[in-house]
Amino acid sequence: MTSVLGTTAPKTLSAPLPGGRGEISAGLLDALRAPAGRAVPGPALAAHADPLGDDLQLALYLCYELHYRGFTGVDASWEWDPELLRLRAALERRFLDALREGTAGHPDLEAVLDAILVEPVAGTGVSYHLRDRGTLAQMREYAAHRSLYHLKEADPHAWVIPRLRGRAKAAFVAVEYDEFGGGHAERVHAELFAALMRDLGLDPSYGRYADAASAEMLVTVNLMSLFGLHRSLRGALVGHFAAVETTSSPGSRRLAAAMRRLEAGPAAEHFYAEHVTADAVHEQVVRRDVIGGLLADEPSLARDIAFGVAATGWVEDRFGVQLMSAWETGRSSLRVRLDPPVAGG
Amino acid sequence: MVLTGDGPLLVEGPVELTLDDGTVVTSDRFTVAICTCRRSRTYPWCDTSHRRRSRS
Repeated sequence: MTSVLGTTAPKTLSAPLPGGRGEISAGLLDALRAPAGRAVPGPALAAHADPLGDDLQLALYLCYELHYRGFTGVDASWEWDPELLRLRAALERRFLDALREGTAGHPDLEAVLDAILVEPVAGTGVSYHLRDRGTLAQMREYAAHRSLYHLKEADPHAWVIPRLRGRAKAAFVAVEYDEFGGGHAERVHAELFAALMRDLGLDPSYGRYADAASAEMLVTVNLMSLFGLHRSLRGALVGHFAAVETTSSPGSRRLAAAMRRLEAGPAAEHFYAEHVTADAVHEQVVRRDVIGGLLADEPSLARDIAFGVAATGWVEDRFGVQLMSAWETGRSSLRVRLDPPVAGG
Repeated sequence: MVLTGDGPLLVEGPVELTLDDGTVVTSDRFTVAICTCRRSRTYPWCDTSHRRRSRS
């Protein structure tokens, strides 16, 4: 029967709880299975964990996902549970310290922005590999990893909107409007990515590949949530946004070519083809009006914006190295083997 | 409209553009970046082909 509520049975919007990857994440998962208020792992545990490793990054990912779509069967009140937030703060301190250390000595804003505007004649990295020689299996792995972000594409950035004003805010929201489909549900970038996943025979359910994604991939997603959820890091979030929009267009062109070569399907190609032209526009708007507007309001944020750009490049490079080192030795880059392709739904 | 100097012409969307062969193309993006370097593979829309290239 047809009604204003829609014609299809609703799919679950929340994600299944993934498995633990160590003491902190396993302890947190145990707590999340109980009503909010249950004891969570103490913040002291954060001191002993690798700040960029599986355990700490998964624990942080779990804390952050409570702000997005949550987990099936998990008490929604956990989102603002004081003990969970105390643990999250300890994890974030370790993470932020590692990011500062990894990007120590990054140049000033003008120099970091200039650097990402230059296209290498003979580039190396994941998008070049996939364009020239990658296999369909590797492309499926890549999409499974990236689904942790692309199925909520542009959501982490929305947190910064109330912290902007005037020119920066208007331009930022215009770009987000484009990311969210410009008023057309079928053009929402997250929906375009779900269609890409179906072309590749992957399951587009939210959170489906959280268990499969590497620590390096979790770092790239957690970076956006960290920057987005802290007003004090609004400059870094804007820097991150500028870095992503600036590097996305040429990268997407290579990935669209990879999809064509692999005959992955029309939706798989379209996702990246759309990003070639969309992000060529977004890059201009973000650099001129978002960064320009924010600096006009708060010139002291230049350093933070530069940190955001540098941190984005640093975490993306780490993720690229992780993928390529797996593929060069004939291994899977995922923690869990993918099911063989299901017929595109 | 904004001329970016080294890059595309930025025009507020939606845009309907007639190409030199008479073809009409449209874009309903909030801002449209029109290629001025003639190198775009998605001509007339900018695909960032105007960027400087380095050998490093």
